[in-house]
Amino acid sequence: MKILIPTPLRPYAGKQASIELSGASVNEGLRELTTRYPDLRKQLFSDDGKLRRFVNLYVNDEDIRYLQNENTPVGPNDTLSIIPSVAGGCLN
Amino acid sequence: MSLSLTKSHWIELRKHGEETFPHECCGVLLGTFDEDGSKVVQATVRCTNQRSDSPHNRYFIDPKELVRIHRQASEHGQEIVGFYHSHPQHPALWSKTDLEEAHWTGCSYVITSVMNGAATVTNSFELTGMDENKSFLNEKIIVL
Repeated sequence: MKILIPTPLRPYAGKQASIELSGASVNEGLRELTTRYPDLRKQLFSDDGKLRRFVNLYVNDEDIRYLQNENTPVGPNDTLSIIPSVAGGCLN
Repeated sequence: MSLSLTKSHWIELRKHGEETFPHECCGVLLGTFDEDGSKVVQATVRCTNQRSDSPHNRYFIDPKELVRIHRQASEHGQEIVGFYHSHPQHPALWSKTDLEEAHWTGCSYVITSVMNGAATVTNSFELTGMDENKSFLNEKIIVL
């Protein structure tokens, strides 16, 4: 699979914009990614080991929340996109 | 640290806020990063504000839109360098919500105040740090 790394996470992933990894699921891909780049772990996961709430994961164009979450299968030609949320507003 | 953009891009992101008034507009800035972290905008991409429940004081970009934009940007040798949105009847200053919901460290967050349908001030802020230590730094806008 190819993992697309967003701008804010590139300093923790060897400054790379995308990384080719093996793994047959989202879980396996993330495990290999954070093994290779341990500093990424804290950016992606909170202290309880769960994916941070503002981190969205897409396999190709599908949100994994609507697939099988971290157990979503990923093939060698698939792309896993890590996309932090973008939101805000003038109301405090 | 600065954000450079052409006059055309400057006009476009402000015009977007005028068109969506009294609701907040939102969009993505594509471009490149210089060695010192300054950004050069090469394109602006309008997005749809998904906060239909409170569009006059909240915005949210569908991550699915961001996935598409991110992928297309990569194919053109561009990166996401920042985002823009408008503050209808509010100053062009980041709110507590803007900071809480900001997660793209190193990127620019451009805010335009739109008063009575007309864009007034536009400011840019760079997000630094993370979690409890994140903050917005004032950033110079250079209109080329």
